[in-house]
Amino acid sequence: MTFFRSRRRKGGRARLVTGFLAFLAFAHAALASPEFAETLERLGAAKSYEDRLLAARRLAESGHPNALAVLGDLLEGRLYTTRTDGRVVVAETAGEGYAIRDPATGEDLGRVGRRDVTRIGLNNQLRSSLRMLIAKLRLEDDNKSRRLAAIEEIGRSGDAEMIDVLAELAGREHDDKIKKAIETAIAVLRLDAEDAETRIAAIEAVSGNMSAHVRAKLTRLAGDDSLDAETREAAARALERIEAKAERYELLSTMFFGLSLGSVLVLAAIGLSVTFGIKGVINMAHGELIMLGAYTTYVVQQAFPSAIDYSLPIAIPAAFVVSGLVGIAIERGIVRFLYGRPLETLLATFGVSLILQQTVRTVFSPLNRSVTTPSWMSGSIEIVPGFALTLNRLYILAFSLVVFALLLLVLRYTRLGLEMRAVTQNRAMAKAMGIRSDRVDMLAFGLGAGIAGVAGVALSQLTNVGPNLGQAYIVDSFMVVVFGGVGNLWGTLVSGLGLGVVSKLLEPEVGAVLAKILVLVFLILFIQKRPSGLFPQKGRAAEG
Amino acid sequence: MRETTVTAEPAIGTETASTPIFDPVLGTPDIGQGWILYLDGITVSFDGFKALDGLSLYVDAGELRCVIGPNGAGKTTMMDVITGKTRPDSGVAYFGRRIDLLKLDEPEIASLGIGRKFQKPTVFSGHTVLENLELAGAPRKGVWHALRARMSGEERDRIDEALAIVGLAQHAHRPAGQLSHGQKQWLEIAMLLVQRPQLLLIDEPVAGMTRQETEMTAELLTSLAGKHSVVVVEHDMDFVRSIARKVTVLHEGRVLAEGRMEDIQNDPRVVEVYLGE
Amino acid sequence: MLFRRLLTDDRGGRLFLAALGVVTVIVPIANLVMPPDSPLHVSTFTVALLGKFLCYALLAIALDLVWGYAGILSLGHGAFFALGGYAMGMHLMRQIGSRGVYGHPELPDFMVFLNWEKLPWYWHGFDMFWFAMLMVVLVPGALAFVFGWLAFRSRVKGVYFSIITQAMTYALMLAFFRNEMGFGGNNGLTDFKDLLGASLQAPSTRVALFVVSAIALAGGYLVCRYIVTSRLGRVLTAIRDSEDRVRFVGFKVEHYKVWVFTVSAMLAGLAGALYVPQVGIINPTEFQPLNSIELVVWVAVGGRGTLYGAALGALAVNYAKSVLTVEFPDAWLFALGALFVIVTLLLPSGVSDAAAAIKRLLARRLRHA
Repeated sequence: MTFFRSRRRKGGRARLVTGFLAFLAFAHAALASPEFAETLERLGAAKSYEDRLLAARRLAESGHPNALAVLGDLLEGRLYTTRTDGRVVVAETAGEGYAIRDPATGEDLGRVGRRDVTRIGLNNQLRSSLRMLIAKLRLEDDNKSRRLAAIEEIGRSGDAEMIDVLAELAGREHDDKIKKAIETAIAVLRLDAEDAETRIAAIEAVSGNMSAHVRAKLTRLAGDDSLDAETREAAARALERIEAKAERYELLSTMFFGLSLGSVLVLAAIGLSVTFGIKGVINMAHGELIMLGAYTTYVVQQAFPSAIDYSLPIAIPAAFVVSGLVGIAIERGIVRFLYGRPLETLLATFGVSLILQQTVRTVFSPLNRSVTTPSWMSGSIEIVPGFALTLNRLYILAFSLVVFALLLLVLRYTRLGLEMRAVTQNRAMAKAMGIRSDRVDMLAFGLGAGIAGVAGVALSQLTNVGPNLGQAYIVDSFMVVVFGGVGNLWGTLVSGLGLGVVSKLLEPEVGAVLAKILVLVFLILFIQKRPSGLFPQKGRAAEG
Repeated sequence: MRETTVTAEPAIGTETASTPIFDPVLGTPDIGQGWILYLDGITVSFDGFKALDGLSLYVDAGELRCVIGPNGAGKTTMMDVITGKTRPDSGVAYFGRRIDLLKLDEPEIASLGIGRKFQKPTVFSGHTVLENLELAGAPRKGVWHALRARMSGEERDRIDEALAIVGLAQHAHRPAGQLSHGQKQWLEIAMLLVQRPQLLLIDEPVAGMTRQETEMTAELLTSLAGKHSVVVVEHDMDFVRSIARKVTVLHEGRVLAEGRMEDIQNDPRVVEVYLGE
Repeated sequence: MLFRRLLTDDRGGRLFLAALGVVTVIVPIANLVMPPDSPLHVSTFTVALLGKFLCYALLAIALDLVWGYAGILSLGHGAFFALGGYAMGMHLMRQIGSRGVYGHPELPDFMVFLNWEKLPWYWHGFDMFWFAMLMVVLVPGALAFVFGWLAFRSRVKGVYFSIITQAMTYALMLAFFRNEMGFGGNNGLTDFKDLLGASLQAPSTRVALFVVSAIALAGGYLVCRYIVTSRLGRVLTAIRDSEDRVRFVGFKVEHYKVWVFTVSAMLAGLAGALYVPQVGIINPTEFQPLNSIELVVWVAVGGRGTLYGAALGALAVNYAKSVLTVEFPDAWLFALGALFVIVTLLLPSGVSDAAAAIKRLLARRLRHA
């Protein structure tokens, strides 16, 4: 578990690259070419920085699969020579001394003391040359995304010398996306050009670019008094365009966050809506059934720590069953004796919610538990530069829609759904037709509770899992149900997503807390205006 | 078809409706034209289903009218419209000539003198019979007044009178919840009486009553007519036959036929939709 | 005459008031007159605790008036209680004057801390006792009036009403947590010094507050009793039993509901105002939905629809809570949860009714014996 967590925290490309290189080192251990070894030796023996640079160049040109790694090690100061035989090794601190390995083959050479090895020294000039070598090498990489990353990095480095390298690369490149990236990188580099015309052309070329360093550079250009007015204006205009675009993306991602929050509300509310549909039962323990679902996820992950990636597919049905059974127990033990007395049902189920909360506190702990996000759910996908969607939220949005669709299907096409609808519309008639309304009540309650459990699995990916998890969502989900119109699933969907988006849109304007208050106040007023919600059930059935 | 039978599209109504004499001042209904209740073109739809479809109905002052019709004909919805519980999509409803019922809510309509008895007897089960009648007969219904009000001799007399009419005098101090089904029906009627309504709307008064109770109720209702106008919705045809002077048949939200009971019984359309079986 | 009407049919109420009177006399004596080492001595801590319980009892009566009699289950009465408390807290803050940590002559400490320049407009006037006392009832009353008017006019009732009152108190809690609101944010109002010139730490002040609470409780009881025995009270019960019928009889149901909701909120505000100087703090957690719903269980335990039952329920549950949370901190929520379930399932009319039922049963046994 800790392994995954640390991976998640560090993130980034470097991890991927080192991981990949480590893999290469094992795979190509046999490729310990004599020529490469010789160059390494020369590097170790070189007395001047010039000689070291020469050796490094030869390493870069060697075409050896590990060349890039070795140069990286050199740049990072991990390359040493042994005192005894002057052999070049990669050394990493291990306890008191170093663990060393062969740079070419990755072969483990055991451990040495601190004094047994000498670092290969660098100066700033050598460092920048090394960076250039590495960048060039990476530009040759077969892997497209790594190539893209390298191009971007060069653009960011601001190294004007790389323009020619990039231009030469552009001539060879066939991939349009990469070509475009190269052009952008060149334009970014040309922002520093001496010649005003080139500069302005470059400004035009990058004016749609969302990267932070481009914006920083443009801001600098726009405010640099030593430059000509034209350049400054062009930069200011480009900045404006970028800002406008950024605002649009901002809005889009706010919408996305809103939809994501909304999807959680929908998940929490549709289960409630189902239980509400049976004789108007208000299940105050619904929040705790969600919480049980979240704890089920936690338990599943604890039980199979090695299979975090599969924990959710296991947890979803498990949570459905756990919460569903608890729900059925609540229905059989309490709610069914209180049908027709909605206020008493509300109070009794509230009592149940207290008991469930305290049970969880006693069994687990009053403290929050952390649930790990599976690797396939972490990270984000960049739709366009400057606009990325986090995967976990995207998955949860999709998941809630799937659950919603499944629920609709269950209600429409299964026997239980048919019977549920019959009982809701006309209990007496349904009974007369031989439907065991008692059993339908129980199963419907279980279904609503099970959906709550599933919602808990989703929530565990967004927030801390603690005894108060349910409380945080219960008021909101009630509001969603009532706002959407009781017993109307589509209304619940629309109102859930709508409320999510509205609160997120309000948040930047007035702050999260005030946004929440405003939404609540709006809802309270709305319900008073239209007591039966956005999409009221009409007709005689609604009166009953 | 006999001449007495009026069809669903009454010509008399439309004329008058185009020039309604409306006086917004509330008060006693002006019964100049002779009718106390005037409904015209009332349409109510739930989710596309038309519970009432251009219903027109006129009740004369002092009349005892029975409204019959198969299930779903719109009888209860009609009562809901008259008493302000349901707002129609279109149409007009006047109490007398001047009072537009569609502008008022339930308590206002009740205070004007339209009393309603529900299909299922609804009395205040926690209160005694006397208390039920006290609330119904309270002359002023304001909150602050109620805080300090005590029952006046006049109120008490009226209550005693109503108790005597329905025969519940010896049960005055029993909680209403303990009464039998029939007694509850009568208590509800007594509650209507102490309200001194000009128009009584009575929904299925004899449902669940014994034969004896039914006869008593029939007698009671007949005796009320004249002093009050009474509209009775009922399923029990024997009962209707025993009290009815004029009968209106509703079908699919509109008036199918109207006239004397014996004429109605012979109307082929009525026979087809309602009495046929 | 009036007393006859209020208490003749109310044996429980008479007993309750008599017991309250006895306690109100004994506790001050036991605290102020008895020497501390005497076994009859009641500590100042206990006096404050009892005073707190009396405030809860008043709050319970206020809720019973709307829930037990008019059938309106409010899950937001804690909010009215807290608003009354805040109004009192504001007065107490202004009484601190320049004795605060920062020594500012006018601004309470937390405002100085937030670098506020001057007192917000809504804090003006709270330095005057009469004004603060007026606000104690007017602010909760006004909120209840507006909220109730909106809700009842649109015929929001039953569980819907309960849920939106819960949302109301939840929204207020979030609002009061904000520093910008000017009510001390998280920490609320505290560090009070004195009230009407008397130090809040002094035992005599504690005793006085206890006595005032007892009088307020008795007064509140009689006011509610007056209401429920009037024709208005009968209308309320009628609304609870059959709202439609009440309408068709000609009563404006909405007016009655708004009226009783507002009166009840004012009583709750009064209870909150007496509560704050005795516990020495008011903060936004008083608004949390759990408080309001816990209050419902006091009333349910005692028996809704009997005013003294509600008061006794509040005393009993809170006594149990103060014992359990100290002795078995984990068990309290289990007990409270179980209480909700048991009361609703088995004792729909509360303990006061259960006692009557047992008595009837015993009487029958005796007769047979």
